[in-house]
Amino acid sequence: MNTRYALIRGQRPSSSAQAALQRKPRWHEMAIQGFLFFCGALSILTTAGIVLILGRESWLFFRSPEVSLREFLGTTKWQPSIGQFGIWPLVNATMMTTFFALLVALPLGLCTAIYLSEYASERVRSSLKPVLELLAGIPTVVYGYFALTFVTPLLRGILGRDVVEIYNTASAGIVIGILILPLITSMAEDALNAVPRSLREASYALGATRLETAATIVLPAATSGVAAAIILAISRAVGETMIVAIAAGAGPAFTFNPFKAAETMTGHIVRISGGDLSYDSMDYNSLFAIGLVLFLITFALNIVSRWFVQRFREVYE
Amino acid sequence: MNTLSAPSAPTVRYLPEGDSFRSHMAARHKKGTLWLTIFQAATLVSILALTALLYNIINQSFGWVAVRNQVEPEALAIEGTPLEELSKEQLITILEAYISKGVMRRLESEKPFSVRSREDVYQLVEERVINPEILRSWPLADSLLRRSAIHQEVVETFPGARLQFRAWINPQFLRAPQSANPAKAGVRTAMLGSLWIVGLTILVAFPVGVGAAIYLEEYAADNPLNRLIQTNINNLAGVPSIIYGMLGLAIFVRGLEPVTSGAIFGLSDPTTANGRTVISASLTLALLILPLIIINAQEAIRAVPRSLREASYAVGATHWQTIWHHVLPSALPGILTGTIFAMSRAMGETAPLVVVGASTFIAHDPTGPFSKFTSLPIQIYQWTARPQDLFRNLAAAAIIVLLVLLLAFNAVAIILRNRYRSKRREG
Repeated sequence: MNTRYALIRGQRPSSSAQAALQRKPRWHEMAIQGFLFFCGALSILTTAGIVLILGRESWLFFRSPEVSLREFLGTTKWQPSIGQFGIWPLVNATMMTTFFALLVALPLGLCTAIYLSEYASERVRSSLKPVLELLAGIPTVVYGYFALTFVTPLLRGILGRDVVEIYNTASAGIVIGILILPLITSMAEDALNAVPRSLREASYALGATRLETAATIVLPAATSGVAAAIILAISRAVGETMIVAIAAGAGPAFTFNPFKAAETMTGHIVRISGGDLSYDSMDYNSLFAIGLVLFLITFALNIVSRWFVQRFREVYE
Repeated sequence: MNTLSAPSAPTVRYLPEGDSFRSHMAARHKKGTLWLTIFQAATLVSILALTALLYNIINQSFGWVAVRNQVEPEALAIEGTPLEELSKEQLITILEAYISKGVMRRLESEKPFSVRSREDVYQLVEERVINPEILRSWPLADSLLRRSAIHQEVVETFPGARLQFRAWINPQFLRAPQSANPAKAGVRTAMLGSLWIVGLTILVAFPVGVGAAIYLEEYAADNPLNRLIQTNINNLAGVPSIIYGMLGLAIFVRGLEPVTSGAIFGLSDPTTANGRTVISASLTLALLILPLIIINAQEAIRAVPRSLREASYAVGATHWQTIWHHVLPSALPGILTGTIFAMSRAMGETAPLVVVGASTFIAHDPTGPFSKFTSLPIQIYQWTARPQDLFRNLAAAAIIVLLVLLLAFNAVAIILRNRYRSKRREG
């Protein structure tokens, strides 16, 4: 904007007009600008707050004689009541729900994205998009209810009641998959749509079918966007809380059986902080240590996603 | 094709020809059709998922219930006059006969019987004397398809109970506060809590969010600090909501306890007097939805044509005058839509509020920013987490309330945007 004032200043016609046009310090405008800068800087403060709080409480946690970083990362039992703090049961449950979520959302999301961007007519697309938007707008606690009262009974009906427990990571994972499905679909579809039409036309001109064009030309050209969508969806699945809090189980368990109850990192934080929690206790501090691990995982995933977009983006003229 | 390729000519065959060409073509098209079917089926799954979700909720919020009355209404008839036709005085004598003196005195002190209307007293008789208790509920699908089996079951397992069709979502459900009795429980407290929280959240997040967007789009020079702010906002949008809950717990609930409990204003709620209040929840959610509001507002501001700004500068407006009188008004529809989108997000958010410390049971309406709080999603979570089936029905009904509220928000957003747009065009 400064160039504009310079331009005006450059054409000073007379000394009186010059005085009128001179840039005056406008205090209230500067105050406004100061306030606006503060609004923007608040986001930095938020991040700093998150890092400081998680860091400080985790530091208190690891400093106490009852727990060491080696125990935290090296053992597989999480039982705060008897002083056992090995985070792997929680991480393992998170990985299982995330895995099941991807098992559902990845194939479905990619296929839907390809269908919407390469095959569907404008009419079909305009009637399908609201469905996806509705799915994306439903609160996660509703998905949790859905997992517990619909998907779990369904799984128990199919696989048998003695195989599938009432609370299990599989049904939580499947429903997280439905939750992240709209995210993957819309981001992947955007990436596919961004591939220029000329590439498709060239492929058709060489005699490729629609499928061949989509699979061998359009999809590879959109790799960076699709990969970013998938990574972001993983990050979302790792951080998802209410579905696992309701449907995955309430008690840390180190198991690879998806039909048994197990508590994820987020589920544990919600359950413990939902009860009466006294500040400065080991329980309280341990939550922040889990929070720090969760934050680092999702933060890394978000950065990788962004990096993917920038590093592998194909630029078309 | 066959006639063209003479067998004697020494041609190199780059492309399949003849029969192999035709069968190849057919195979390729077959593959194409097969995958198209797969793509369509995948797309269908999301529709199916949405349908199953809605079906499940409707299915759980209506259906037969087995009700048993503590005292049958027929037994209360006086001299052959049925209960419905008794006078107020007769109803009061029934009340006196069935409930203890202490309770009578409490009811009297709440509101003297002399001023209560007949309907009011009748309702008391229904609540306190007849006192219907729901023993079991059946989902809608079962209620419609297995009617006779259910009748049989009720007669066998719940003697003295009768079957009744119950819509779990009803006017009484909206008006009643929380209760441990599923037949009486309602969402009034939770709904008011949600409205308080979301209202305060928007009050904080809207000005700050739009301010940040204006700064980034109109003022910020391209320097490392401003690039950091931008990257940071994008990263914050990807932080799990539960992390914000922990931030709120440490900063607003614990760190700023004197402020958020209302103690320094002398306004604290005598029953709590700690930081687990509406205002703590609102500030936490405000931090959570700030990135959303900023990103949406930035897009709206970016979409304002440059010519509008140039025209304003040309007639001598200052930078801020241009923004306030020209850029913001034309970006407003976009900003509002983004804000309501963020508001819906805040409305449905559960995890951070549980961490910040929602109350597990309050039967009093929130009265201000320093009250204890609960909200609709939290109520749904708590009802779902209970093992009894009846609370699942309540949760389903509460979900319907929540979804209807969210739909209403979005409808308002669309109407606002359209009205604003047409007005600007006329003007």
